[in-house]
Amino acid sequence: MIDPGAFSLRFFKVWKRNLVTYRRIWKVNFITPLLEPLLYILAFGLGFSGMIGDVAYAGMSLGYTQFMAPALIATAVMWNAFFETTYASFVRMYYQKTFDGMLATPLSLEEIILAEIVWSATKAVAAAAIMTTVLGLLGFVAFPAGLMLLPVALLGGLALGAIGMFFTGITPTIDMFNLPIFLFITPMFLFSGTFFPVSNLPAWAQPAALAFPLYHLVELTRFFALGASDTHPLISCGYLLLFFLVFGGVALRAMRRRLIT
Amino acid sequence: MSALIEARNLVKVYNGVAAVDDISFYVSTGECFGLLGPNGAGKTTTIRMLYGFSPISRGRLTLFGQDIRKHWRAIKGRIGVCQQDNTLDPDLTVEQNLLIYAGYFSIPAAEARARSAELLAFFALTHRKDAKVMELSGGMARRLILARALVNRPELLILDEPTTGLDPQSRHQVWDKIAALKKKGLTVLLTTHYMEEAASLCDRLMIIDHGKILVEGGPEDLINRYAGRQVIEIEGADASLRTYLSDHGAQLDDLGEKLIVYTSGGSDLHRTIQEEFCTERCTFRNGTLEDVFLRLTGRELRE
Repeated sequence: MIDPGAFSLRFFKVWKRNLVTYRRIWKVNFITPLLEPLLYILAFGLGFSGMIGDVAYAGMSLGYTQFMAPALIATAVMWNAFFETTYASFVRMYYQKTFDGMLATPLSLEEIILAEIVWSATKAVAAAAIMTTVLGLLGFVAFPAGLMLLPVALLGGLALGAIGMFFTGITPTIDMFNLPIFLFITPMFLFSGTFFPVSNLPAWAQPAALAFPLYHLVELTRFFALGASDTHPLISCGYLLLFFLVFGGVALRAMRRRLIT
Repeated sequence: MSALIEARNLVKVYNGVAAVDDISFYVSTGECFGLLGPNGAGKTTTIRMLYGFSPISRGRLTLFGQDIRKHWRAIKGRIGVCQQDNTLDPDLTVEQNLLIYAGYFSIPAAEARARSAELLAFFALTHRKDAKVMELSGGMARRLILARALVNRPELLILDEPTTGLDPQSRHQVWDKIAALKKKGLTVLLTTHYMEEAASLCDRLMIIDHGKILVEGGPEDLINRYAGRQVIEIEGADASLRTYLSDHGAQLDDLGEKLIVYTSGGSDLHRTIQEEFCTERCTFRNGTLEDVFLRLTGRELRE
């Protein structure tokens, strides 16, 4: 049961609070997305691609590094959004009691949760922007289509931030995040067509891979970086949007049950 | 005087248990109202319903004449809350805590800056405005929580155990500030475990236990009604005294080692105890709210 009166633009104030705290540590946060693609490109491009031939994808024949590079942006979006709404939101909710303080103001729980998810997507966009720049300079992203990776990162960040928030709503302690990471995030990271095409998977496993939000995010990053993808971008966008709405709603229910007693 | 808070047959049920069980009370504009009770009595639950944190299970609750269920957002905008837990934002500085919080009330930035400067000065925190919250002492942190609760210029200030865990100096400072705010006409609702605090700050108070109201009234009035003006504590009372007391129907609590006798002062009973039985080990003192509290809620430990 969602009360439309509980949503207003006031959620932006909570988003801004996160931005203010982030500005104090942004320099550290910029290092990871700056270095990560370089390390992966080095490791896979120099060390690996000689052993692997070209990859057949979306009717194209791609060098391995070229195939893999766009997926790095997608996985960075996933890590940034998911970590923000799990560990970081849990700390704010449980240890710092930030949400309790907010709930004594005209803010609603709905606005707080929405703001946390949108904030996680914002961090994902920031990481994607840096990585897109680095990968663009290295010639792995074609512009201007590559600029579309930013709205794609926002959409992917919303979807993955929402499911992270859902886990925050149900996890009893912060250590228990190991479970969704091991059972959900790690398989998704490996089997979403990130490092090898989904068509290499056994036939029975392929539909499962298509259900991963990361799969659709990877498809979209390839579409805008390389100009082609296996799945139609509208389908992938629709799937991510649906994923965000469903898990946003489920996350809200879980948080309501957890915090409002 | 109009009622700022009006609760009628208020009920809050958690997992099938009524934490607040059919209570009705009102708080008038401009008064300081105390909510007392042992741990688990339902104080915080009641307060959480008042500021729209917990939905009410049954009954009716209005603040400023508006129903909390329908007008929660408008009501929350007019209340300042000082929660029991430290909910200050440790990621922010002292001043940022006020500015960001003001944002949650949609107070424009320039106005927020003016108000936070004013509040930091009032709570003697100006020199620490750029400090991190973690660096503040307990007393400073509590003053900052109070300052934050006032950033929206509330008409009602809700304080859930505002002085718990503070040293006497900080506690007195917080009391002075609350008294000063009250003088300016602010309506205050307070919970506390310090009876001295309730007696000196509150115009009216209510003692609750097991989710129900035990008594309600002014502090003096409650002391006179339930403790008596004078209290005699007698250690090691002998049989003759005990017989005398029970023959004369004295109000007393028998703690075994110690008898606590409640008298109205100046009575024959009081004089007789003083002159005939109290050669030593007797303490004479005034009745206090603590006597009322212990008489009504019992002396057993709750946790």
